[in-house]
Amino acid sequence: MDGTAKILKYEFHNILRSKWMIGYAIFFLVITDGLFRFVGTDAKVILSLMNIILAVIPLASIIFGAMYVYHSREFIELLLSQPIGRKNIYWGIYCGLSLTLSAGFVAGTGLPFLLEGVIDAEYLSALMLLLTAGVLLTWIFTALAFWIAVRYEDKVKGIGAAMLIWMFFTVVYDGFILLVIYWFDDYPLEPAIIGMSLANPVDLARVMLLLKFNVSAMMGYTGAVFHQFFSASTGLGVSLSVLILWAVTPFLLGLRYFQKKDF
Amino acid sequence: MIRIQSLEKHYQKLHVLKSINLSVEPSKITAIVGPNSAGKSTLIKSILGLVFPDRGDISINGERVNGRWDYRRKIGYMPQLARFPENLTLKELLALVRDLRHHPDDTDMELFEVFNLGKEWDKPIRTLSGGTRQKVSAVIAFLFRPSILILDEPTAGLDPIASSNLKDKILKERDLGKTFILTSHIMSELEELSEHIVFLLEGKIFFEGLTDELVRYTGERNLERAIATLMKGRPVWTELQKS
Amino acid sequence: MYAGVASAKDLIVGKGGEFSTIRSAIESAQDGDRIIIKSGVYREGALEIHRSITLTGEGKAVLDGENKFQILTVKASGVTISNLTFENVGVSYVQDNAAIKLIESYNSAVIDNRFRNAFFGIYLSKSGFCTIRGNDLIAAAEKEASSGNGIHLWNCHDITIENNSIQHHRDGIYFEFVKRSTITGNHSIGNLRYGLHFMFSDTCVYEDNIFKNNSAGVAVMYTKKITMKRNRFEDNWGAASYGVLLKDITGSDIAGNAFVNNTVGIHAEGTSRNRIAGNEFLNNGWAVRIMANSTDNVFSQNNFIGNAFDVATNSRQNYNVFDSNYWSAYDGYDLNRDGVGDVPFRPVRLFSLLIEQYPTALILLRSFLIDLIDAAESVIPALTPETLADANPRMRRLP
Repeated sequence: MDGTAKILKYEFHNILRSKWMIGYAIFFLVITDGLFRFVGTDAKVILSLMNIILAVIPLASIIFGAMYVYHSREFIELLLSQPIGRKNIYWGIYCGLSLTLSAGFVAGTGLPFLLEGVIDAEYLSALMLLLTAGVLLTWIFTALAFWIAVRYEDKVKGIGAAMLIWMFFTVVYDGFILLVIYWFDDYPLEPAIIGMSLANPVDLARVMLLLKFNVSAMMGYTGAVFHQFFSASTGLGVSLSVLILWAVTPFLLGLRYFQKKDF
Repeated sequence: MIRIQSLEKHYQKLHVLKSINLSVEPSKITAIVGPNSAGKSTLIKSILGLVFPDRGDISINGERVNGRWDYRRKIGYMPQLARFPENLTLKELLALVRDLRHHPDDTDMELFEVFNLGKEWDKPIRTLSGGTRQKVSAVIAFLFRPSILILDEPTAGLDPIASSNLKDKILKERDLGKTFILTSHIMSELEELSEHIVFLLEGKIFFEGLTDELVRYTGERNLERAIATLMKGRPVWTELQKS
Repeated sequence: MYAGVASAKDLIVGKGGEFSTIRSAIESAQDGDRIIIKSGVYREGALEIHRSITLTGEGKAVLDGENKFQILTVKASGVTISNLTFENVGVSYVQDNAAIKLIESYNSAVIDNRFRNAFFGIYLSKSGFCTIRGNDLIAAAEKEASSGNGIHLWNCHDITIENNSIQHHRDGIYFEFVKRSTITGNHSIGNLRYGLHFMFSDTCVYEDNIFKNNSAGVAVMYTKKITMKRNRFEDNWGAASYGVLLKDITGSDIAGNAFVNNTVGIHAEGTSRNRIAGNEFLNNGWAVRIMANSTDNVFSQNNFIGNAFDVATNSRQNYNVFDSNYWSAYDGYDLNRDGVGDVPFRPVRLFSLLIEQYPTALILLRSFLIDLIDAAESVIPALTPETLADANPRMRRLP
C-alpha cells in the first residue's frame, strides 16, 4: 500500500500539470458556465449537463485511460525494476488517473455552481447525484480502458477496442433495448428493462438521474415501476452498488492480467 | 550468486528460452551476447521479474525469486531504452525513485557528478536528449548501491566520453565486489569489461565461459570475430562443446 | 321580500344576544333580516334557510357539523352568508353533504367564510346570479371516495367565483351544466383530483386563477366557448396529471396562461377550433400533446421553453396550425435578422411518436442513441407529421 501511495503522489503531480488534464477540466467549466448563461435555472443546467456527461465522460475516460497506459509503458517498466509489487503499481497508476479525471470533472462542473451561489436544496441532491454518477462513470471507463490497454499490446488495436466498447454502451445497447421493447410489447417488460439498465453503467447512471428529476411521472405505469425500484433507498443503494461493481470488475480483470503480463 | 535452472519461456508459439541453466558468478561481469531475438532481453527481464517464465527457477543467493518483488532492492537496472514520465523534471524523477526506496541516506551520486547532470536539474524529462536520458538511467541504476547491476546495452546512445565514464564506473564497482550482467552489441566493449560471457542463440546457451577462452577456442583475433565465427559456423561450436 | 326591507332588523345570536341558537334566530327571521352570530362554537346539526336573510359572523363564529351533518342548506334567494367558519361536515357516501348548499337560489352571496374539514364546501344546485367570493377552504382529503369538492356547481348560470382559496378537496372547483359564469383570481392548490373540473359548461370565463400541485391537474370536457386567460397551471406532476386536459372543447380562447412544470401542459382530445395564443409552456414533460382527432386549433405566439417534448401527437397527419411561436429547442438561424427563423421548426420528435406507441421506451429518454435518431429524423422527416411545423419560429422569447 505504501508503494501505491508513493506512485499516486507522483501521478497526481504529473497528470495535474499536463495540458490535456487542464483542458478536460476547462471543458466542463466552459460547458457548465455556458449552460448557466444560456439555459438558466439549476434544474435545466443539471439536466443538460446530464446529457453531456453521459456521452463525454465514458468516451474521454476510456480513450484517455487507454492512451495513458500506452504512454506510461516505460514508466511502468521503470517502476517494475524497482522493489515494488505489481499490484501497487497498477493501483497507483489507476488511482492516479481516475482520481485526477474525477477531480477535473468535479472541479470544472462544480465551480460554476459555487460561483452561481444559490443552489436550491432540492437540486443540491440532484447535483450531488450527477457528480457521483460522473465520478463513478470515470472510474468504470478508466478501469475498462486499463484492462484493454494491458491486454492489447498494439496501441491501435487497443484504442479501437476502447471506441467499440464506448459505442456499445452508449449507442448499440440502447438500440437493443429498443428492439426488446418492440418485440415483446405485449409482455410486462418493466423487470426485464430494469435488469437491462443495471447491466449497462451508462444506462444505469442515466435512469438513476432521470428518476431523480421525477421524470417517472411521464412514463405512466412503467415510470411507476421504475420509480418504485430506483427511488427507494434500496434501489438507489442497488444502483450505486452495481455501478461500483462495474468499476471493480474490469479493474480486477485488468489487475489480474497485469500481474501475469510480460514486459 | 544468481542461479537459473531449466528456464523455459514461450511467447505464444515462439519458444524464446529453451531450458536455460546458468550461474552468474558474484563480483564478476557477465556478458550476455547473441544475435537479435536470441532471448537476451527475455532472460534479463526474467531475472528482474518483468517477464514470467513458464517453468524453471531463478534464485539469488539461494533464495527463489519467482513472483516476488522485494529482492529487486538488491538490483540496479538500466533498460535498453530509458523513458520516464515526461512532465517530471530530473529533480522530481530522482526524488521519485528515492521516495520509492524510502530515502536511503547513502546514495551513489558519482555518475551524476561525472555526467555533469546538475545543469539539467530543473528541466522536464521531455526536453532531455536521448543520450542524457541514458545518463539519467545509469545514475538511477547505480544510485542505491545495489549488489547486482543489470545493464541492457548501457553505452548505446552515449558519447565516447560518457561511455568511457560509465565503463570506468562499472569496473570500479566490480572491483568493489558488485555483480554485473550486461548486454551489448559492441564487442570491443565487452572484451574490455567482461571476464565471463554467455552466448545465446535461438533461446539456448551455446557457450558459457571465460571470454579469453572463447577467443582462444575459435582461434580468432578478438571477441567480435570469435562471436561472428560462432554465429556462422556450427562445427566449431560442437567441437567447443566437446572440449 | 321588498316589504320586509323596510322593517329589516338585526337578530343577535350568542353572547349578549337575544338568541342562544342560530336555529331559533333563523326561525324567527323575516325576509331582509340580518342574523349576527357572535364568537363561539355552534353545534346545531343541519340548518335550513327559507327566507332572504343575511347570516354573518362577528369574531370567530364556528358552525360545527360534528362530522355528521350538512351544515347550512339555503332554499331561498337573496341570501348572504359571510364571515363564518364552517367545520366538520359529515362525510356521506350517499348524499353530497356540504358546508353550505344553495338550492334554486338566486342573487345570493357566499363571502369571506372559512371552511375547515368540509366534505363538500360550497355547493350550488340549479342556482343563478350568485357570488362566491373570498372564501378559504381547506379540507383534509385523503381518499377520493371519501372526499368532496371545494366549490361545486350543478346546473347553474351567471355565477361569479372570485378570490377564493381551495385546498385538499377532491376537485377544487367542479362544474356540471354551468353557463355564463366567471371564475377569477382563485387559488386551487393541492387537491386530490382536479384543481378545476368541468363539463357541459359553455361560455364561462376563467381568468387569473392559479391551479397548482393538484394530483390530476385540470380537466375540462364537452364544452364550447370557454375563455381562459392569464391563469397559471403549475406543478401538476404525476402519471395522469395535466396542466389542462381538453376533451371535446371547441371555439375557445386559451391565451396568456402559464403552464409550468406539468407532466403535460395541454392535452387535447377531440378538441377543435380553439385559439391557443401567448401562453408560456415552461419545463413541462410534454408542453402540448394533441391527438389526431383534434383539428383546426391554432397555436401562435406561445413560448415553448425547456420542455422534454414540445409537441407530441399520435398520427402522421396534422390538422392544426403552429405559427410564430418561440421554441427554445429551435436551432435554426436568422440571416436577415427579422427575428423570425429562416427554416421551419418541427416540434414533434420521432422519439415522442415512438413512446406514444411504446410507452416503456421512455426509459431511453436522453439516451445518446435517441438524440441521434431524433437528429436524423429532423433532417429527413420519415415518420413524424411533415406538415406539423412552425414556418415562422421566433428567434427570441415572446414577452
